[in-house]
Amino acid sequence: MALSQNEVLAGLAEIVNEETGIATEAVQLEKSFTDDLDIDSISMMTIVVNAEDKFGVKIPDEEVKNLITVGDAVNFIVAAQ
Amino acid sequence: MSQPTLNQYETVKYSRIYSLGAARGDLTVTNDDIAGPIDSSDEWIRQRTGIITRRRASKDLSLMDMAVSASNEAIAKAGIDPSEIGAVIFSTITHPHQTPSAAALLADKIGANPAPAFDISAACAGYCYGIAQADALVRSGVAKYVLVVGGEKLSDFIDPTDRTISFLLGDGAGAAIVGPSETPGISPTVWGSDGSHWDAVGMSASLLELRDGTAQWPTLRQEGLTVFKWAVWEMVKVARQALEVAGVTADDLSAIVTHQANIRIIDELAKQLAVPEHVVVARDIVYTGNTSAASVPLAMHALLESGEVKSGGLALQIGFGAGLAFGAQVVVLP
Repeated sequence: MALSQNEVLAGLAEIVNEETGIATEAVQLEKSFTDDLDIDSISMMTIVVNAEDKFGVKIPDEEVKNLITVGDAVNFIVAAQ
Repeated sequence: MSQPTLNQYETVKYSRIYSLGAARGDLTVTNDDIAGPIDSSDEWIRQRTGIITRRRASKDLSLMDMAVSASNEAIAKAGIDPSEIGAVIFSTITHPHQTPSAAALLADKIGANPAPAFDISAACAGYCYGIAQADALVRSGVAKYVLVVGGEKLSDFIDPTDRTISFLLGDGAGAAIVGPSETPGISPTVWGSDGSHWDAVGMSASLLELRDGTAQWPTLRQEGLTVFKWAVWEMVKVARQALEVAGVTADDLSAIVTHQANIRIIDELAKQLAVPEHVVVARDIVYTGNTSAASVPLAMHALLESGEVKSGGLALQIGFGAGLAFGAQVVVLP
């Protein structure tokens, strides 16, 4: 069954926390990965691969640059399920 | 009249690496030295790559000089005469002549003339490709001893303003002597290529484009994130497969020596492999930089010289890069 936006956000926050140590509560929809969370491109790719695994979706490399905010990533994953 | 029976090579059961040799560029280049043209900083480069300094060769120190130096060390440590070398395999992408090969000149310079000699173009996987071929040549009886060299003068092919790869790169050469053994010393190799990502890492232009004036001097470039993703998550599978075909587990290893591409790749690979604490993970990149085909033998040589690992232990070595190409095997440390 497809996960809701909140469920994907919670799962993604765990992945971000695992990779960067950022508190899960800080991972909110409107936060920018680079400007607010200070996540660099290599960590971003690690998060993407872990998200693909966790949610069973495919996030193409060329799509990663369009995922500016946490909300962008959550919405992409929700739609791709 | 009956046809005579042909002679064929008599095979040898096992092979091993007898010795290693190493040569690094004579210049120590700091992050501050190169940060300006890429509008970066020491901190940014350390965080993204793990590199504190990289070794580069001055104008007068050639790729061949470094290869000769590394080869002579390996030959001396193996205790063989260079005339006993039955093949010279040189993996490089920075030999500045399309032909003749770097290997033929190297063979002559180290006293191995007239050994068969050839170059291989498998970039950062090249040394592991070379070990695979040396293992096959020795065990098939074609050559008693094989010299394998991975060497690069990458600083001849960098663009100081390139933010994708140039700032990672260093110069050096690593050499190994492979020969017959009473016990198994080199596992089956897991190797391959994926040309569907042919342009993910490589030169910025062809020599024909340079000739026609449509391109500048070709330099190295990469699609960093695509390469990072492949180098970690695909190479983890290759590393696991290499352990499996070798008949060992990560627990049995003394060391993991990956291509020294970027500390983030090395650390993530080690994490994904769940490397036990007692296994040393080579991080020669910190002070040497990424030296492509030279990086695996340089890193292994450094671990042996520092005493972090002992001769006789097992090491998983894995090279990966342009092609894309990859190769991995478990070896007994010389």
